[in-house]
Amino acid sequence: MLHPLPHGHRSGAPLVEIAGLSCGYEKQRVLQGVDLQVLRGDFVGLLGPSGSGKTTLLRSMLGAVDVYEGEVLVDGMGVSRKRPRIGYVPQLETIDWNFPVTVREVVMMGRTMENRFFPWYRREEKRLADRMMERLGILQLGGRHIRELSGGQQQRAFLARALVSSPSLLLLDEPTSGVDVKTRDDVMHLLHDLNHEGVTIVITTHEINAVAVHLPWLALIVKSGDGTGRVLAEGPPSEVITAELLSQTYGADMPVIHYEGMPIVAESPHRYARPGGRGEDGAGGHSHSHA
Amino acid sequence: MLEILLEPFGYQFILRGMAAAVLVGALCGGIGVYIVLKRMAYIGHGLSHAVLGGAVVSFVMSFNFLVGATVWGFVCAQLITLTTKKRKIAYDAAIGVITTASFAVGIVLISRYKSFTRDFEAALFGNILGVTAGDLAAVAVVCGLAAAALFVAWKHFLFTTFDGEVAQFYGVPTGWVEAMFSLILAGTIVVSLQVLGVLLIAGATVIPPVSARMLTDSFPRMLLLSTAIGAGCGFLGIYLSYFVDVSSGATIVLVEAAVFAGALGVSNWPSRLRIWGARRVGRPAEDPGRAAAAQPVKTEGD
Repeated sequence: MLHPLPHGHRSGAPLVEIAGLSCGYEKQRVLQGVDLQVLRGDFVGLLGPSGSGKTTLLRSMLGAVDVYEGEVLVDGMGVSRKRPRIGYVPQLETIDWNFPVTVREVVMMGRTMENRFFPWYRREEKRLADRMMERLGILQLGGRHIRELSGGQQQRAFLARALVSSPSLLLLDEPTSGVDVKTRDDVMHLLHDLNHEGVTIVITTHEINAVAVHLPWLALIVKSGDGTGRVLAEGPPSEVITAELLSQTYGADMPVIHYEGMPIVAESPHRYARPGGRGEDGAGGHSHSHA
Repeated sequence: MLEILLEPFGYQFILRGMAAAVLVGALCGGIGVYIVLKRMAYIGHGLSHAVLGGAVVSFVMSFNFLVGATVWGFVCAQLITLTTKKRKIAYDAAIGVITTASFAVGIVLISRYKSFTRDFEAALFGNILGVTAGDLAAVAVVCGLAAAALFVAWKHFLFTTFDGEVAQFYGVPTGWVEAMFSLILAGTIVVSLQVLGVLLIAGATVIPPVSARMLTDSFPRMLLLSTAIGAGCGFLGIYLSYFVDVSSGATIVLVEAAVFAGALGVSNWPSRLRIWGARRVGRPAEDPGRAAAAQPVKTEGD
């Protein structure tokens, strides 16, 4: 278990305020009528099926979408007017792993706009990067090419880049996508540690049992009949991870059981029959049940 | 023997040509790093054709060729960048549309104004031995401005080239960086026309950076190495072309191609024989987890 249960207590001033937001790309609406608040010190997970608009909602906090209605305020400022200090960690799948950069060069990118008129980094900036890499356990890998790192180390390198920019908000797009179980566990522990140190974090995820149920606050994003996404429900996992809400979100039966106060989604048993009708009725064929 | 080897250095026009070739080689090698890493290798080829349109328009309007063609090339490069902002259009397609249209403008004007007196064969294949002191000065000015811009704003160029969208999220003015890149690129193409010609510029902007990439995994080293390869090949190309009496622009590109073949060979050597910590350049890892499995680096945390 990553985070002490029960979740649900939420306090602090709002850092992100999204009100009546309709947004998308090139006149194509992706989200419609979204209201969401992220408080200072929050650790919020955006959960939903593929194509529901999780990443678009995350990008709206970066001012990287076309806003048709409503507004997005970060730290009280409209993101369309002024870009707030946000640390963003993209999906690892989007990185060009053949690009000739070392881990240290990637981390230092987070300081590009500090001391912007000088072509070199100050000594204290290099020390800050060293401290951050040491904190994340990648200091000794600073001279390595990014391709040579394991999945967890790569995630930490890009996390370090986000953190050296001293952000007021940390956004991560599917930080556990494409990594193994151990790496996923490491990344999530690291994020929880950072959150306990006061960093406000918002992540997208589609992993319910492994990630979402361990977060203190969740927002369920659902795709409406018109193809746009909206926030169906938000709250602590104990209130949001219910069979009824998950059924509305994913359009499938998803039984929920509870273990030590934590909701866990039990997958429905399936029967996969071989073509030709054998197996389903047990008449001479083999069937496989996947629980 | 030594006299024969030093013979080319006794001619003023050869020395001027060599200086121009070294500067153009270095310029194309340096800017080529960004071109290759942005996966727009075709832009050198396309823009060199596009500025032909600008050159003809400048001639017809009795405007300074260098300024007119550079502005024309800059506008074309910016149009390519703006076109690719539309998610449905990729770089290669945008380059194909904008540069061929621009080239076509040049052809239309040439066929319309029969009184054309410019030597466009030189524009196509280069005429290094016809480089004047003014041409050399123009090359030097563009080299100086490009070097200054790339030095002062190298952090911005690096982040924008690595991941332009995320760089924007971090506050990097990527629009300005792209505009500056377009301007440097247009200037590079225009001053390289005299030396290499329209048809060979693409080689000079692509081969040195690709060769450098084979030899190093570090961005600053790649930048330095590519610039050095471009300059060295410029010198060697002119020098060799004096003795074998062939096109100097083509000789420069052939020398660069030979360096690329050598770099390709070196990159396949065992790691202890390679220079600058070079490693074999593999295909981009589709799955970071799988890439990690190929060469894991263990730390306490993992």
